[in-house]
Amino acid sequence: MKVSNVPFKGTKEQEAKLLEVIAQYKDQKGALMPIMQEAQEIYGYLPYQVQKIISDQTGIPIEKIYGVATFYAQFSMSPKGKYVVSVCLGTACYVKGSGNVLEEVEKVLGISDGECTPDGKFSIETCRCVGACGLAPVMIVGGDVYGKMTPDMVAGILAKYE
Amino acid sequence: MKSLQELKEIKEAKQDQVNIRFNPDEAEAAEKTYILVCGGTGCTSNHSGELIDKLTQLIEDAGKNDDVTIIQTGCQGLCAKGPILVVHPGNVFYQEVNIDMVERIFNEHIIGGTPIEEYLMVEEVTEGEFIPYVESAFYKDQLRLALRNCGRINPEDIDEYIAREGYEGLAKALKEMTPDEVIQTVLDSGLRGRGGAGFPTGKKWMFAAGNRGEVTKYVACNADEGDPGAFMDRSILEGDPHSVIEAMAIAGYAIGANQGYIYVRAEYPIAVDRLKIALKQAREYGVLGKDIFGSGFDFDIDLRLGAGAFVCGEETALMTSIEGNRGEPHARPPFPAVKGLFDAPTVLNNVETYANVPQIILKGADWFSRYGTETSKGTKVFALGGKVNNTGLVEVPMGTTLRQVIEKIGGGVPNGKQFKAAQTGGPSGGCIPAESYDVPIDYESLKEIGSMMGSGGMIVLDEDNCMVDIAKFYLGFTCSESCGKCTPCRIGTKRMLEILEKITDGRGELEDLDRLEDLAKYIQANALCGLGQTAPNPILSTMEHFRDEYVAHIVDKKCPAGVCKALLNYIIDPEKCKGCTKCARNCPAGAITGTVKQPHVIDQTKCIKCGACKENCAFSAISRK
Repeated sequence: MKVSNVPFKGTKEQEAKLLEVIAQYKDQKGALMPIMQEAQEIYGYLPYQVQKIISDQTGIPIEKIYGVATFYAQFSMSPKGKYVVSVCLGTACYVKGSGNVLEEVEKVLGISDGECTPDGKFSIETCRCVGACGLAPVMIVGGDVYGKMTPDMVAGILAKYE
Repeated sequence: MKSLQELKEIKEAKQDQVNIRFNPDEAEAAEKTYILVCGGTGCTSNHSGELIDKLTQLIEDAGKNDDVTIIQTGCQGLCAKGPILVVHPGNVFYQEVNIDMVERIFNEHIIGGTPIEEYLMVEEVTEGEFIPYVESAFYKDQLRLALRNCGRINPEDIDEYIAREGYEGLAKALKEMTPDEVIQTVLDSGLRGRGGAGFPTGKKWMFAAGNRGEVTKYVACNADEGDPGAFMDRSILEGDPHSVIEAMAIAGYAIGANQGYIYVRAEYPIAVDRLKIALKQAREYGVLGKDIFGSGFDFDIDLRLGAGAFVCGEETALMTSIEGNRGEPHARPPFPAVKGLFDAPTVLNNVETYANVPQIILKGADWFSRYGTETSKGTKVFALGGKVNNTGLVEVPMGTTLRQVIEKIGGGVPNGKQFKAAQTGGPSGGCIPAESYDVPIDYESLKEIGSMMGSGGMIVLDEDNCMVDIAKFYLGFTCSESCGKCTPCRIGTKRMLEILEKITDGRGELEDLDRLEDLAKYIQANALCGLGQTAPNPILSTMEHFRDEYVAHIVDKKCPAGVCKALLNYIIDPEKCKGCTKCARNCPAGAITGTVKQPHVIDQTKCIKCGACKENCAFSAISRK
C-alpha cells in the first residue's frame, strides 16, 4: 500500500463529523469497517491521523485498524485526485482490450496506476469489474461511466475534465 | 405495520397494472400507458436516467400525467442493446434509445399510437407484423425463476413486489408450516447453492437448525460478487431486492435466527441504494421487525458493505469481515452452520439462491424440481460477456447446452470470428473448449470437463484470445487477491504466475509445463480455503484443452492468437509496401529502414513492438505475426 507524503489537512468540521459517525456505530457488533468506510467518505482517504482518532474513540488497537486498512482495496492511505480515472480490468473488459485503454490513460496523464498527477487533478486506479460487462471495456472518470472504450477515445474524454 | 388482509388489498389494488407487463393479452385492455425504463447498472451507465428526465418532461408538457406512467425497473437482460425501453400495452421493446429518439417515441407512439419500426429489435418486424420481444431469440428460450420480477417491476416500490405474490411465501411459512416443514420443502426442491460449489441449500439449513430457540443464530447473504465478469447477484438486488429479504426471513424462521446480514460489494452503489430502500419499506410494512404477521417471530436485517477484497466471497472470510476484521478465511470444520458469524450457528447463501426460495415455499418443492436435470434442479442465471453479440443477463433451465446459450440466446460470436472457448466459474473455474459445446450445463457436467458452475460468469473467447494469456490473467488476479494467510496460495500462485510470464515472454522451456502441473496439484491439495484450492483451475483446464498453444509459445516462440507482445513480429509485405516512408518516420525506435518508393524492412532486433508502424500504414502492408 502506498503511504502518502502529502501533509494531513483535516479540518475541525471533518473531525466533528467523524466523531458523530463513531458514536453512531460504536456499540454495534463489527462496527470497525462501517466506521472506516464513512471516515474515508469524509476525508477521501485514511491517513494515520484519522486511524488514530478511530482507535482513540473505539479502543480498537491502531495496529488492527492499520491491518484492516491495508487488507482491503477500497481503503487508501494516500489522497486521490479530484477526478479518479478507473479502468476496469475485469475479465469481460480484459478480453475486449481494456489493458490497452489503461496503457493509453497512463500515457496521456503521464502517471502509473495507483498514482496521482502532481496538480492533484487526476489519479488512476484499476478495478475488477464494475458489473457493466455489457458495455466492456469500461472506464470511469469522476463517477461518469464510459463504455465500449478504445484507446483513441481516452485523450478526448480526459480533456473534458477541466 | 400491515396485516395480511391489508397486504391482500394492496395486491388487489396494484395487480392490474403489474400483470399487464407479464401477460400481453391482458395488456390490450389497459387504459393507461406504462413506459418501463431499464435502471440496471448497464443501462444507467448508458444514461437511461436522462431518458427518464426527458420523458417526465414530455409527459408533463403534454398534460398526460394521468394517462402515462414511467416505471424505472431493474435489469432487462439485454445489456448489449441498452438503454432499453419497453412500452405497455403492446409489449413494444425499444433498444439503444437515446435522448433524440425519446421525443419521437413519445410523439408518434405514446401519443400517436404507432410504434416506430426502425427503433425496434430487428427480429420484431417480420413481414410487417410485430412479434412480442419475449418471442425473440434472446428471450424465447429463457426461463425466468430467479429473475422473475427483474426488469418488470419497480424495485423501489414494495407494493409492486406484493402484487407479484410478494411476502406470501413468508406468510405461508409463518402461518401454515413448522420450521422443519420449511426445511423439508427446500430439501425436496433440490435447490443447490448458486454461488459456487452447489451444496444443497436445505441441508445447510438443516445443519444450522439444531437447538432452536436456545442459542443466538444468524442468517447471512453473500452478495460479494467478486468474480470479475459476473453480475447476476447485482442484477437481482437491483431488480428485485425484496425477493432476497423475504427469503432471508424464511431462512431465519426455519433455523431459529432473528438477525440477518447482507454483505454486499461497495462497488455496487445502485444495488446498495435499492437494498436500503427495500429494507426501510419492509420494516414499515412489518414484514421485517417484531412479531411478523402476528406469529411471534422477530427478524431484521443489517447491511454490511464489502471493501474490495475478492477473498471475502469465501464464506469464512466473509464472516470474519462482517465481524470487522481483515477478511481472512479459516479452516473448516467447524462449518458456519455450527460456528459461524460471531461464533454462532449461521446459514450463508448467495443472492440467487435466496431469490428462488419464496416461490419454492409458495408453490411447493415439486413445482421447482420439475425444472433442470437429475442432480441440478431449477435454473441458472449467467452473466454472458466477452466475445458474444448479446452480452447480458440470461436465465436458463439447468441442462441447457453451451451452444444454446451462446449461439441462440447470445447470438453467436461477433465479426464472423470462430468460437474458441467459454470461461465459467471465474478465477476458480476453467475454459470449456468448442468440443464440449453440446454438453448440458449442470454442476456435475461442468466439473467433469474441468470447469465449475461458480456464481455464473460466462465469458466467451474467440480465436483472437490467447489461452496462455487468459490463464496468466486469472493467475495475476488470484495472486494479487490472495489474502496471504496460507503459504500454498500466497507463494504458490506467485510462482505459477512467474512461470506463465516466462512462457509468454518467450523464455519458456517444456519442463515448465511439468512444474506448473506439480505446483497446481500441490496448491489444490494444500491451500486453506476454496479460493486457493481452485486457483490453479484456469491453468489446468487451459493446459488440458489447449496444450498446443502452450507448446507453440515454448517451442516455436509464437503466440498463435497474436496477443503476447514479446512473441510478435511486425513484418512488412514487400508486395504491398509502396515505400511512402510513413512507417519509418513514425517508428520511435528507428527500427525501419528503406529508400523512398522501395519496400521497407523492420530490424527485428531494434523493434519494440509498439505497433505504431501498423497503425500508420495506409496500404495494410504491415502484419503482426
